[in-house]
Amino acid sequence: MPRQLRSTDVVIVGMGAAGGVAVLPLAEAGLDVVGLEAGTWLDQRDFAPDEIRNNYRDWPMLVKKCENERPTSRATSATNANRVGGHPMMNAVGGTAVHYWAQSWRLNPWDFQVVSETARRYGRSRIPANSTVEDWPFGYDELEPYYDRVEREIGVSGQAGNVGGNLDLKGNRFEGPRKRPYPMPALRWTGFLETMADAAHSLGWHPFPGPAAINSERYDGRAGCAYHGFCSKGGCPVNAKNSPHLTTIPKALDTGNLRIVTQAHVTTLQMDGEGRVTGVNYVVGNEEYFQPAKVVLLACYTYENVRLLLLSRSSAYPDGLSNNHGQVGRHYFSHHQGAAVSALFPFDLKSWYGLPAQGVAIDDWADDNFDHVGHDFIGGGNLWVMSDRRPISAASMSTYGNGRNWGSGWKRFIRENADRSHSSYIQKTTLPYEDNYLDLDPTVTDELGLPVIRITAQFKQNERAIAEFTQNRMEEWYREAGAIEVVRGGLGNSMGISTHAYGGTRMGHDPGTNVVNPWSFSHEAPNLGILGASVMGTSGARNPTLTSQALAWRSAAHLVENWEDVSG
Amino acid sequence: MGHGMTKNPRKKSHPSDGSEQTASKITRRDLLKAAGAAGAAALIPTSLKGASSAASPILDGAMRGSAAMPPGAPLMNLTARETEILAAMVDRLIPSDELGIGALEADALGYIDRTLSELGPDSVESYRTGLAALDRYSEYTRGARFIELSERDQDSALIDVQTGGASGAGVGFVGSSGSFFNMVKSHTWQGTFGDPHYGGNREFAGWDLIDYPGVRMRVTEEDQEQLEAEELEPERRSAYELAMFRTGRPR
Repeated sequence: MPRQLRSTDVVIVGMGAAGGVAVLPLAEAGLDVVGLEAGTWLDQRDFAPDEIRNNYRDWPMLVKKCENERPTSRATSATNANRVGGHPMMNAVGGTAVHYWAQSWRLNPWDFQVVSETARRYGRSRIPANSTVEDWPFGYDELEPYYDRVEREIGVSGQAGNVGGNLDLKGNRFEGPRKRPYPMPALRWTGFLETMADAAHSLGWHPFPGPAAINSERYDGRAGCAYHGFCSKGGCPVNAKNSPHLTTIPKALDTGNLRIVTQAHVTTLQMDGEGRVTGVNYVVGNEEYFQPAKVVLLACYTYENVRLLLLSRSSAYPDGLSNNHGQVGRHYFSHHQGAAVSALFPFDLKSWYGLPAQGVAIDDWADDNFDHVGHDFIGGGNLWVMSDRRPISAASMSTYGNGRNWGSGWKRFIRENADRSHSSYIQKTTLPYEDNYLDLDPTVTDELGLPVIRITAQFKQNERAIAEFTQNRMEEWYREAGAIEVVRGGLGNSMGISTHAYGGTRMGHDPGTNVVNPWSFSHEAPNLGILGASVMGTSGARNPTLTSQALAWRSAAHLVENWEDVSG
Repeated sequence: MGHGMTKNPRKKSHPSDGSEQTASKITRRDLLKAAGAAGAAALIPTSLKGASSAASPILDGAMRGSAAMPPGAPLMNLTARETEILAAMVDRLIPSDELGIGALEADALGYIDRTLSELGPDSVESYRTGLAALDRYSEYTRGARFIELSERDQDSALIDVQTGGASGAGVGFVGSSGSFFNMVKSHTWQGTFGDPHYGGNREFAGWDLIDYPGVRMRVTEEDQEQLEAEELEPERRSAYELAMFRTGRPR
């Protein structure tokens, strides 16, 4: 029998990017909150600028729950699912936000209304066949105040492009109107980034510095960015990367209303006969515990949110919690971040220092920011060039067709070219489809013997067409800046495991096609909330974290304002 | 061992009676090749002069000239025979030449050995199987053990292994021979271009080759401007020499 703990108002499963933000409005409102986190606390002394550990080994984590439960994947249900590669997500207080790139975008207004805007502008027939995409249950304006709040609470640097309808051409002219500018100026650029911005201007495009949850200057008692070059998959040794473990979580702890249990491995959620959730079962070491709560907020990564629902069965939920409409695991998609484009320049880029979030963005070819009448796809991609290079990866660069990648000839090549290669990052609209989904793997289990998630998903014609289109734009841009060689990756097939995984517990009005309501609470279990990108129904062409954090804050604020109703 | 026939006169003098001697001879040979007999002494890292038996295999504090094993010490995870095949392979991947010392002298071998200790028996087995298969493939297709082949033949054999062409046919590679090649290449690059804390990148050979400006805790706007003006002095230190990480262990 698990040890029965004292009941609490709210238990949150996962102290990562979303759960770690939701704790603050809850704790400030005086609710008793228990945060269950599989990982442990890490601090800046854990974050040595060490490429071998950050990028080639498994980090300083004590807990590797994520690794043990990483999903299997396959392109279609006609093939067997395999487990390939590692899992870039991590367990820690702060979650993967401890080491993420920290690009902190708001979605553009179009992303909330893909169906209605496409129908209005081009006709309903332009929505790809078999796509299950829906409009969000609300528009950009509804989320704006929460974006604004989170940008200030965690600290986001950037250049506004639209403040209250007034365009600032130094920023992104395509962004939705914001109430205020960012709380910090954008991260600085390097000479190469200036070169790329100049080239974009020559093409008639509109380059701007992207937003980042990284301090560009001293903010809220923490240092500005050190630009030391070990930010990619690295924690920040000067605390300039604004993970919740440095921002919202300490403030919530200061209220005295938040208690965090680390190394807590949650196995199932518990329900009563009426279909309400009653609490959470978890294991620490060999000890089992049951944490009763009036409200449960599930705030794991997309795969684990879906898995815990499917693993939690009862008479009220024979197919898994909140799955009586068969929607858990549906409408899954992951951002098309592949189809890379790289370029070789005839001069050193001086890119040894910097960070992935320091860069030049082009939004001209994203979303519906350009006319799609002559194209065979909807959506698009955000083009991004950054300053980020470390020695091992530099020495492992493509030789761009100049002979093999080892030996004396290669040594001459690398001596000349180690600092002359650049890889762009292009995030592309990805839609949900009827036959892309998550379920439990029939054979593969984690170390507790519980089935892992199986991904069945592939990029379709719309995604591949965007990939080819944005690769063309990226090559144009590189060539304009003086690139002498350009290479491209494949257009994409199987989605595989991703750091930008969406859906599976989609948010919407209709319980027949969505797991959670417009406040991210279950249509079926009214005191169960779900936080994270698993509730998002569209991807946009930009990183999901800030949106999932704004949604998490909004759900928490809703819970506070409607406590009696939701907690029952 | 004691194979009689060698095709490569440069390699004829390899003793085959133990990995320590073998590997240290290779190191000396390459140093000699790089600079000629007269200049070799100047190229030998200070830490190695007269340090052939004293050093011990510890991770912490493996800084310039301090505690790492000298290149050529016996490996913990591979036999002498396996070590000499691996040494010859690593030596072809990043050879010593006029642009500087190679992976062998940077002690990528020692790095691989320590990495294998961390990764465990499955990885050790991957190396053992792959190295034996490389040797077998050399014998089947080029008539001699890998270490006895000419550099040209070694390279052509390695190209077969890299492209997957050495897979199958009873040679013994598990799956594609390319997987084995990529594993060794990846570790060799880590051991040549990674932080010297882990024992490789001796004398910062890897960082010098690619003009990496070094590990810094903070890069100011002025530093970046100096870098772009080619006026920034490179830093040559391990991350674990920085005050806040000097506690010794990668936490």
